[in-house]
Amino acid sequence: MEISVTMNGTARTADVEPRMLLAHVIREEFGLTGTHVGCDTTSCGACTVLLDGSPVKSCTMFGVQADGHEVTTVEGLAGADGLHPVQVAFQEEHGLQCGYCTPGMMLVGAALLERNPDPTDDDIRWAISGNICRCTGYMNIVKAIQTAAKAKAAAPAAATA
Amino acid sequence: MATEAHEDQAEIRGIGHSVKRKEDARFIRGKGNYIDDIHLPGMLYMAILRSPFAHAKLNGIDASRAQAVPGVVAVVTGELMAQHNLAWMPTMSGDTQAVLVTDKVRFQGQEVAAVIAEDPYVAKDAVELIDVDYDALDVVVSPQQALASDAPVIRDEKDGQTDNHIYHWESGDADATDRAFADADRVVSLDTFYPRSHPAPLETCGCIADVDGATGQATIYMTSQAPHAIRTVFALVAGLPEENIRIVSPDLGGGFGNKVPVYPGYVVATAASLLLGRPVKWIEDRSENLISTGFARDFHMHGELALKNDGTMLGLRTSLLADEGAFHADAQPSKFKVGLFHVVTGSYDMSAAHVVADGYYTNKAPGGVAYRCSFRVTEASYLIERLVQNAAYELGMDPADLRKKNFIRKDQFPYETPTGFVYDSGDYHGAMDLALEKIGYAELREEQERKRAEGKLWGIGLASFTEAVGAGPHKDYDILGLKMNDGAELRIHPTGKGILKISSKTQGQGHETTFAQIVAEEIGIQPEDIKVQHGDTDNTPYGLGTYASRSTPTVGAATAMVSRRVIEKARKIAAHLLEVAEEDVEFTRPTFSVRGAPDKAVTIQDVAFAAYTNFPDGMESGLEAAYYYDPPNLTFPFGTYAVAVEVDRETGVWQVTRMVAVDDCGVRINPMIVEGQIHGGLTEGYGIAAMEQITFDETGNCIGSNFIDYLLPTAVETPRFELGETVTPSPHHPIGAKGVGESATVGSPAAYVNAVIDALWPLGVRNIDMPLTSAKVWEAIEAAKAPA
Amino acid sequence: MLPSRFDYHRASSVEEALSLLDDYGEDAKVLAGGQSLIPLMKLRFVSPGHLIDIDPIPGLDGIEEREGSLALGALVRHNQLASSEIITNGYPTLAAAAPQIADPIVRNLGTIGGSLAHADPAGDLGSVMLSMGANVVLRSSSGERVVPIGEFLVDTFTTSITPNELLTEIRIPTPPPRSGGSYLKLERKVGDFATVAVAVTLSLQDGTVGSAGIALTGVGLKNIEAAEAAASLHGTAPTDEAFAEAGRLAAAASNPVTDVRGTDTYKRHMVEVYTRRGLATASAMAAG
Repeated sequence: MEISVTMNGTARTADVEPRMLLAHVIREEFGLTGTHVGCDTTSCGACTVLLDGSPVKSCTMFGVQADGHEVTTVEGLAGADGLHPVQVAFQEEHGLQCGYCTPGMMLVGAALLERNPDPTDDDIRWAISGNICRCTGYMNIVKAIQTAAKAKAAAPAAATA
Repeated sequence: MATEAHEDQAEIRGIGHSVKRKEDARFIRGKGNYIDDIHLPGMLYMAILRSPFAHAKLNGIDASRAQAVPGVVAVVTGELMAQHNLAWMPTMSGDTQAVLVTDKVRFQGQEVAAVIAEDPYVAKDAVELIDVDYDALDVVVSPQQALASDAPVIRDEKDGQTDNHIYHWESGDADATDRAFADADRVVSLDTFYPRSHPAPLETCGCIADVDGATGQATIYMTSQAPHAIRTVFALVAGLPEENIRIVSPDLGGGFGNKVPVYPGYVVATAASLLLGRPVKWIEDRSENLISTGFARDFHMHGELALKNDGTMLGLRTSLLADEGAFHADAQPSKFKVGLFHVVTGSYDMSAAHVVADGYYTNKAPGGVAYRCSFRVTEASYLIERLVQNAAYELGMDPADLRKKNFIRKDQFPYETPTGFVYDSGDYHGAMDLALEKIGYAELREEQERKRAEGKLWGIGLASFTEAVGAGPHKDYDILGLKMNDGAELRIHPTGKGILKISSKTQGQGHETTFAQIVAEEIGIQPEDIKVQHGDTDNTPYGLGTYASRSTPTVGAATAMVSRRVIEKARKIAAHLLEVAEEDVEFTRPTFSVRGAPDKAVTIQDVAFAAYTNFPDGMESGLEAAYYYDPPNLTFPFGTYAVAVEVDRETGVWQVTRMVAVDDCGVRINPMIVEGQIHGGLTEGYGIAAMEQITFDETGNCIGSNFIDYLLPTAVETPRFELGETVTPSPHHPIGAKGVGESATVGSPAAYVNAVIDALWPLGVRNIDMPLTSAKVWEAIEAAKAPA
Repeated sequence: MLPSRFDYHRASSVEEALSLLDDYGEDAKVLAGGQSLIPLMKLRFVSPGHLIDIDPIPGLDGIEEREGSLALGALVRHNQLASSEIITNGYPTLAAAAPQIADPIVRNLGTIGGSLAHADPAGDLGSVMLSMGANVVLRSSSGERVVPIGEFLVDTFTTSITPNELLTEIRIPTPPPRSGGSYLKLERKVGDFATVAVAVTLSLQDGTVGSAGIALTGVGLKNIEAAEAAASLHGTAPTDEAFAEAGRLAAAASNPVTDVRGTDTYKRHMVEVYTRRGLATASAMAAG
């Protein structure tokens, strides 16, 4: 089945079997391997992408369901003027170790800051509670999202995803 | 071309600097290169059929329906593997393991057959169409069942194997321990089970085998923490010439021990690629990862601690039952059958100890790995720290005081333990005092009294662990005969930049940054100018890989030593450039200067250029060296963790209100990364204490086969950590570092459990085995209420 | 874990969906948010021949009060519930449950209709609806019927929906003034299915309990309405004793089994505790 998706701002089409999961469409058809698969049971969030701006688990969606929608992956986080503040902050605050959960965590962080520009520690922890990290103990992920919030507040014009 | 020595020089960001990680540049852009990201032309996909039974005779396999599915290229069975003498493979513990079943299945999830197809979805479709005829057999799911005289013999294919016993192992001095116990006023004992858990890295295991039929070259991309060891094992298993095997371990999405062993899937994919002449990719799904690859722990422990009434510890006795699963596949040093469990005397000075252990086969997944742990140090630390707390209460002492009374004192190092370890250095009182101060121990105890008076359950738990990491010295440490030594090669290019090639393999620990910092510290080239290469056996020196907190103790040492070798040569070149004798050259990184004439100087960059352009007659060109490091001893990181909890008496729900972790891992190379490692370890320790476990029902069904049942803590449950540090360098390590990746997973489970037991002690609760689910906590409270 | 093949049909209107159901009924599954269905398909526990995607149907995601009820379109997402002012102001049981369903990312896609039609005994919304006396609207090409939630939820993963019907709307009676509600859920971690959860809806009238609804999650073959426990409260003063008695009755109505989450004894005990605590919370809220 032919689908049209706005992938990271670019119109893309693909001919996919209906059973092909969105995660695989992104990885195999569009060649964007920053979206990872970690668990198969909608538990870990490594495959998180933004669908029309909201985080969804792309292993629990068929690619055909994304037809006509906008999908943002980690590869689409950076803008023309450089890295997204969340990306900068994850490196700055050591918010990642093995890097496998990182794309999902950053996308959730970026989406959170769109609707809550000044989240508390608890807000962030609840927002990322659909994403598992095995390396960081979450401490520095929370810190990174807070740092990104401050950076966005300091430079609001340059800081939209 | 000599430059001014006092030219504006940036500070060298060597040891002690929180340098931002070099590897992050790719990860934050989604440009990591994990196994499943690799695509080779003409690649096929493999899916494995696994046994639904835990123990069953295999009567036959009919693959005709699967074979007929369009897109299926081949179905591989044990029979086919046997034709190539590949139906069985050696394990890391010198046992054998079935690659694909030929006679009977021995655990649920065991590999029965594999489909190779043009598409991964089609491969899964075809797996469902393989018909297997089984006869179910009686099942053994615990060592207690395994040792019964009428238990079915799981490994009946082994010559001379008439029961399920694998090994008996002892350490320490039984007679001396008996004497210590005879002198005791009190003996405190504890029976506890450390449940089966799984490292569960967020990325599962997988490989792409690419065997070139024309040249015999086998390139195998593999999620491996130990690529060199794997290459040698592959050479032994498959009979391939080792120079034709190249193992490439790409970016790993975590490992925690899970990616040390050789798994049947790797062998089948390689055989399939060899037979079909095309690359074959195999990526486990999560369920396959949890039900068939390296588990951890599953260890039944009995411990007895002998004490005087004043709290003086005299001796320790332990007896242990290890549930090894269907094949003895522990990844650990050959000489030590229960790993380094004999470090069980922990941080305490006592005269005698005796460890007795027996390992058994059961119908459960094989592959005991040390989940973020140095070979069962975790189990040892848990047992002693639980025993010490219970002993304190029985003696009417504060657990902090009992620990301090018995700690090995700073002036006793190096300290030889009753089981033969020689602890390198320590300041246990210092770490404990800092932890107590940070958490406000005295005030918390007062608060606890007030809360208890109000009927509330508050608890404070401590754990003062000592780890044994960095295996290890060649006289004692090998795996399958391969000495556990590691290497580093350093080459400085003409422009003063360099490449460091190491035998370790990062899985998130940040080797590309920290190892460059060690070079920076030693030779004065900034870490961003040193590329660190690892994971590719064709392009890195031999070594046994990254696990058991061994990278810094072994490869970190090799890196420092190889840097010093480079400096030795650089000094000669500097002398040549400065036109003085070598003895007259002083090196203060990054500058070589003339003794007594500091203005006459050249930098390491100048020397590097000269190494290729202007070196003395009779000298080889270039500036490079290699070093293989044989550690003189293990290193012994330590620390004290303090946890405060609240327990809801009515529901058994408990919550961590404070968590203070003071770690001493010797010199910290990159403090930011060290703290990140500790955060992660404390979280996995919490997961183990609170929720992670794999259990089996009586028919051998695995419960815990996905992340719905195998629970990993999210940001909401995970405690907020407060860290502290003391620094006691290792005297024998070239840079004084000890390794830190696993300390927090080793030390913290006992701290969490001790806190909950501390809360419940007045109610009469003496022990709850992990994980401390609210249900188990409530039941323990209820059981304590019931009249005895 | 990859699903089997199926034919995919996209419905752009309820009528089109109903016509597709007429064509493929027995061999079809309705796909809404997919957060329960797709995991089961990946595990190949279900392998329908046809999927009818109703997600694109406009107008099925409304949240509005009409004729004394809250009408929720079947495609309302869990996160919409949590952020709706109508719900946070007037439907406290639902407001309490919404942020506890699954995890925040699943809630972005998971729908209220899909969740109820899935009929998982560990599902949260079934109990919420039972405690509030909700009805579901089932449409087919031959008409529409309104079914009380208690009749809709038949058994584990089984509802009274027929293969040619589509759940289009959920109607919750608007609670009277001086109402309160709570949803207490014991989960081992965020995203876990409930070990035990209790939904409580209660209103006060002249200092006594007017109406009450209590329903239980995870302690039987379906969400259980603890009718006797609720009835015991009618006309009584909202006291700790009355709540404790209701807790005991609710525990007696539960039928849990021992598993890795806990023993049946523990779960029954937790029903008692959470019913009591939930009633106290709801009562305090109603008393304002």
